[in-house]
Amino acid sequence: MNAPIFPQSAQERPVRLDLAAVAAMVAPGSRVLDVGCGDGALLKLLAETKQVDGRGVELSQRGVNDCVAKGLSVIQGDADTDLRDYPTDGFDYVILSQTLQATHHPRQVLVDMLRIGRRAIVSFPNFGHWKVRLSLLAKGRMPQTTTLAHAWYDTPNIHLCTIRDFVDLVEALGAHIERGAALDHAGAPIRVNAPWWVWNLFGAQAIFLLERDPPKKISLIAAKNT
Amino acid sequence: MANALPAIETLSSSDPLNGRIVEFPLDRPLLTDGGGCVAPLTIAYQTYGELNAQRSNAILLCHALTGDQHAANVHPLTGKPGWWDVMVGPGKPFDTERYFIVSSNVVGGCLGTSGPSSINPTTGHAYGLDFPVVTIRDMVRAQAMLIDHLGIDQLFCVAGGSMGGMQVLQWAASYPERVFSAMPIATAPKHSSQNIAFHEVGRQAVMADPDWRGGRYLEQGVRPEKGLAVARMAAHITYLSEPALQRKFGRKLQDRAAPTFSFDADFQIENYLRHQGMAFVDRFDANSYLYVTRACDYFDLAADYGGSLAQAFKGTTTRFCVVSFNTDWLYPTSASRAIVHALNAGGASVSFVEIDSDKGHDAFLVYEPDFIATTRGFLEAAAAARGLPRAEEA
Repeated sequence: MNAPIFPQSAQERPVRLDLAAVAAMVAPGSRVLDVGCGDGALLKLLAETKQVDGRGVELSQRGVNDCVAKGLSVIQGDADTDLRDYPTDGFDYVILSQTLQATHHPRQVLVDMLRIGRRAIVSFPNFGHWKVRLSLLAKGRMPQTTTLAHAWYDTPNIHLCTIRDFVDLVEALGAHIERGAALDHAGAPIRVNAPWWVWNLFGAQAIFLLERDPPKKISLIAAKNT
Repeated sequence: MANALPAIETLSSSDPLNGRIVEFPLDRPLLTDGGGCVAPLTIAYQTYGELNAQRSNAILLCHALTGDQHAANVHPLTGKPGWWDVMVGPGKPFDTERYFIVSSNVVGGCLGTSGPSSINPTTGHAYGLDFPVVTIRDMVRAQAMLIDHLGIDQLFCVAGGSMGGMQVLQWAASYPERVFSAMPIATAPKHSSQNIAFHEVGRQAVMADPDWRGGRYLEQGVRPEKGLAVARMAAHITYLSEPALQRKFGRKLQDRAAPTFSFDADFQIENYLRHQGMAFVDRFDANSYLYVTRACDYFDLAADYGGSLAQAFKGTTTRFCVVSFNTDWLYPTSASRAIVHALNAGGASVSFVEIDSDKGHDAFLVYEPDFIATTRGFLEAAAAARGLPRAEEA
């Protein structure tokens, strides 16, 4: 079983700031599929604050059991293999929090997400953060930070990317970035309307709201801190 | 409770062995998938708890292959607790202080509901093999007649494991508007070749017993006990996991220090299986065993919907909670996943949990804390969605 991707300390906070940032991107009353929903914290937050009709997919049995015992509709499944079974346009939003970098086929996962829902919300740890860069440059070792806490030999994070890399993939897929936010290590959004290189250097993690169609002008407005 | 309800054109009664009994008149027969007809149709059932004024808190429990209506009361034949005593009762997941629980014996069974050991009105003798072969859908049709009789339009939940889970799936497919929530547990959308194979071994064991007499044993005052016991022994192995057998029995010898170099029950596992077989024949009818195993074999829900399981659940508003157990090799998790995939494709609201247990297929009948927590959470969320008052308010 995979170790938790997100550090334990962050999970124990009353309301995780990164979850609040994701929730801020979801329209009230919509249908949401949360892929890699963990213990259901985001689904619960969305149900309580946005009245969404939420469903979850979670790899770990413990997570699924916890969710169902809380009354959430969650099934045990794997983002890499099970998304293909979901019908096209079944949801308004498909969310993948801190899980993309742990999938075997991140590109296919994104394609499936944007097929299942017209919009996708993806958050991931930014491998372009200055601490990561410095660690490799100065120490010559694989970086271990708050958001990337595992040693290289036991990390579930097999497809790490930088914010720049992710934006390139989104463009390659022909999808559009509707909103984006870079968060610091505490999960709080960093400077609004900062240039790309600032986000890529100082964002410990990033959240993007993607849209399949219609084409829209890319506007990079940091998510409101609710 | 049911006695207070109008029994239009039907005869209601009760007795200690069968619980409550409803006999439908001859003009309300059960027409079976195989082209047969059961008339009069008798259904034996138990109820626990009270039906609320809105008639919105009814739960139907569907029993497994050799289960019966006695889900949560002391069994009249064995003296043991009901088969789902761990799940049904005050404060338990199927809370009898909150829900009205109905549990009926299936058609083809042998504890009061019409089956091969019932009296055929045209001959005055037990039906035997003249009883029509029934399907899971026939069982569900009969249950729907009972639910009609009880004056319930929509069931709050239909739940059951194994063959009971097949009935749950059939309910959801046949009467989607009558099922608010559904729990198919440790089950499959169709019987596999291996499933059919094990059942055929059991049936052949029964029919190979000289006391089976072509199915007419009741008239001749004998019972094919040896054949039925062997059938149960073989089936019982499929209900347990290999690790659990190894842990419980291993190669331990039964009350002896060394092998006897005979065909005695030297090993504990042999003694255990023989005991299971002998205990079973005291409470179950051999012909019924043929009928209920056959009903499972014929079950293939997708086949009724053009080969598409998703089509069976298309547009359903029922809330599902599918449960499997990781060491169940009779109806493995892959079978439950097939159900989940079909429900997802149909856009249904579905939860799916694979429970970690070493108890094999029978895990759904024993105390498994994760399974209990899952069931409780699912039912409470469904009850909130249905607008049922909480237990303390009910």
